[in-house]
Amino acid sequence: MASHTATETTEAVTHGADGAVMSADAVGAGDAAVAHGADAAHDAGGLVFHPLDQFIVRPIFGDGGIFHPSMPVPPIHWYTPTNVTLWLALAVLCVVLLFVVGSRGRATIPSRVQSVGELFYGFTHKMVEDVCGKEGLKYFPYVMTLFVFILFANFLGLIPMSFATTSHIAVTAVLGFGVFFGVTILGFVLNGPSFLKLFWMSEAPLFLRPIIAIIELISYFVRPVSHSVRLAGNITAGHAVMKVFAAFAGLAIVSPLSVVAITAIYGLEVLVAGIQAYVFAILTCVYLKDALHPAH
Amino acid sequence: MATENVVAQEVESGMPQLDFSTFPNQIFWLLIALVVIYLVLSRIALPRISGVLAERSGTISNDLAAAEDLKLRATEAEAVYEKALADARIESNRIADQARVAAQADLDAAMADADQKIAAQTADAEANIAEIRASATENVAIVAKDVAEALVAAMGSSADQATIDAAVTDRMKG
Repeated sequence: MASHTATETTEAVTHGADGAVMSADAVGAGDAAVAHGADAAHDAGGLVFHPLDQFIVRPIFGDGGIFHPSMPVPPIHWYTPTNVTLWLALAVLCVVLLFVVGSRGRATIPSRVQSVGELFYGFTHKMVEDVCGKEGLKYFPYVMTLFVFILFANFLGLIPMSFATTSHIAVTAVLGFGVFFGVTILGFVLNGPSFLKLFWMSEAPLFLRPIIAIIELISYFVRPVSHSVRLAGNITAGHAVMKVFAAFAGLAIVSPLSVVAITAIYGLEVLVAGIQAYVFAILTCVYLKDALHPAH
Repeated sequence: MATENVVAQEVESGMPQLDFSTFPNQIFWLLIALVVIYLVLSRIALPRISGVLAERSGTISNDLAAAEDLKLRATEAEAVYEKALADARIESNRIADQARVAAQADLDAAMADADQKIAAQTADAEANIAEIRASATENVAIVAKDVAEALVAAMGSSADQATIDAAVTDRMKG
């Protein structure tokens, strides 16, 4: 990541009287600062940690873009094609390849790719039907969209040098709050005011019901937060840990251990990528079930 | 250049996930991606796959029904075969019995015929033997009479033929 142009400019500053203070401030900071800090670390002969650099959103083209990562990142407009755009587009491409190109033969005896697509279809279809019942199958395409998108985004994020779109709270919050608002509006549209029975435990003793209602209400509004932070947190943590171990590989003594650890954590992350997509999808189904059958 | 860097470093400090200036960009592209995936799945992929699955399960149930039908027909054919086999066995037993009875009858007839022939021959032979025995006794008497006559002649006397015969007959009775 550390490049010469950035390093030289920062060195020009650092070589002033307050150079030591500057480099101390710069540790753990952003791109240009990391280049600076990395340089300082190299001078000290130590290790270079910047595990969060992989999550920086950059434009695809121009200075500070993904091909010139050493330059400062320019301001990003809503329409700028960024690495987010690139990896989202690849996820879309994977979905198209698996489900459209893979099944183009419409074969009764399926090809390998087609049978994988059918497997995903059957798995998600069964999940929606088991959790929400037959009425939930109307919303199966939405759940399928979320599931395959998160699954492919997670797995694409595991490719070395890639960008994990689902590690960003902006992405997962859109997904999580989208489910939250969708399910809440659907609940009121389908059930009217009786959707509020979801919070009123008719089995509980009467004096406990208001208290339970308050707790249920709070937990209901925490759902989208936990739903989105769970996904982003899992992916971010896994990738950051791998990057930290990768930094340790720079030390000859611990590098074999570091490589083994990266391998192990990578295996774990492959599991996490699948499991988190599954968890997101099945929680969506559970919330959808509340909207379809609000009475406990 | 240096001041720009310092500004950049202040803006970008902390987690890139919490850099709110990138949020509109991410949300914009995410929504596009989700809409595209949704449209691709709901318009093309899911109807196609569900069609393929339905067709396959139809084919499988048809094939199973056909297999059931064929199995039934095989069972029927086996029953017919078994029946034919049993009939043939009964028929063959019957034919064998018939042949045995016929053979027995032939044998019995032949045996009876043979027995009859043997009895006739035996009776013939017995008659012959009796005749021979009778004629032998007669011949002995004639020979004895001739011998007695010759003996008498040899002794130089003559006797009446009738006397000799009576004497021989008398002696032979004794």
